[in-house]
Amino acid sequence: MASNVIAAPRSASMKYNRNKGGGSKFEMFAWLFMRLSGVVLVVLIFGHLFVNLMVGQGVHAIDFGFVAGKWASPFWQVWDLLMLWLAMLHGTNGVRTIINDYAEKDGTRMVLKTVLYIAALVIVVLGTLVIFTFNPCPLDASGVPLPGGFCGK
Amino acid sequence: MPTKPAGTLYRGREGMWSWVGHRVTGVVIFFFLLVHVLDTSLVRVSPEAYTSVIGTYKIPLMGLGEAGLVAAIVFHAFNGLRIIAVDFWKKGPKYQRQLLWGVLALWVIVMVPFLIRHLSIVFGGH
Repeated sequence: MASNVIAAPRSASMKYNRNKGGGSKFEMFAWLFMRLSGVVLVVLIFGHLFVNLMVGQGVHAIDFGFVAGKWASPFWQVWDLLMLWLAMLHGTNGVRTIINDYAEKDGTRMVLKTVLYIAALVIVVLGTLVIFTFNPCPLDASGVPLPGGFCGK
Repeated sequence: MPTKPAGTLYRGREGMWSWVGHRVTGVVIFFFLLVHVLDTSLVRVSPEAYTSVIGTYKIPLMGLGEAGLVAAIVFHAFNGLRIIAVDFWKKGPKYQRQLLWGVLALWVIVMVPFLIRHLSIVFGGH
């Protein structure tokens, strides 16, 4: 293996040819975004895991009422919205990087990235709508409250 | 146009394996996230649909899956902070190996109490 290891950049035998780029700063912003969103996501996701899995009855406590209780407060709505957007952008950019690294054919890369972007868009739009249109007392088509909802009081 | 690689940049050791671990855990977390937004979206279908599907998260096999997922998230989180340290801290590249051992130590420190609590909830009598 040692014989076909590529020399480290900046070693004496290596000419340091870096692509100057075409003036687009997109990749630099993507790189920076991964680090900034990463720090915020550590806080958001650790908090999410602690509240949903560690407190009280843990995973056993999660049901429709648990979600209704959280989203009754704008605090958790904003928390979950921020988590959704940052995690999806962070994850989509990560998978984009992996596709660029391993899919060698132009066509394969384009198809995989198209599927990725469509999936990400659907999930972000769906999740955002769910957070903002959540109804603790959902009704069926004829206006009768569905069982399990919180309608009284 | 990429053709056959002329050699390899993979050098093994802490630097390469932490990078491999970061990629693998990242992809695992991403696919779980897609599913997790879909299952949460069932709150807009009906309370019973949501509560019934989220109920599958409480069976012991899924409890083990959640433990694996949290293990992946905690590694990705701490190793991500290590990457930030390597990129932005002047001495980061010099100490990247020690930082990885720090990541693994923190991972154990977080995972042990998490597993004790989570697994006793999942396997405890309810």
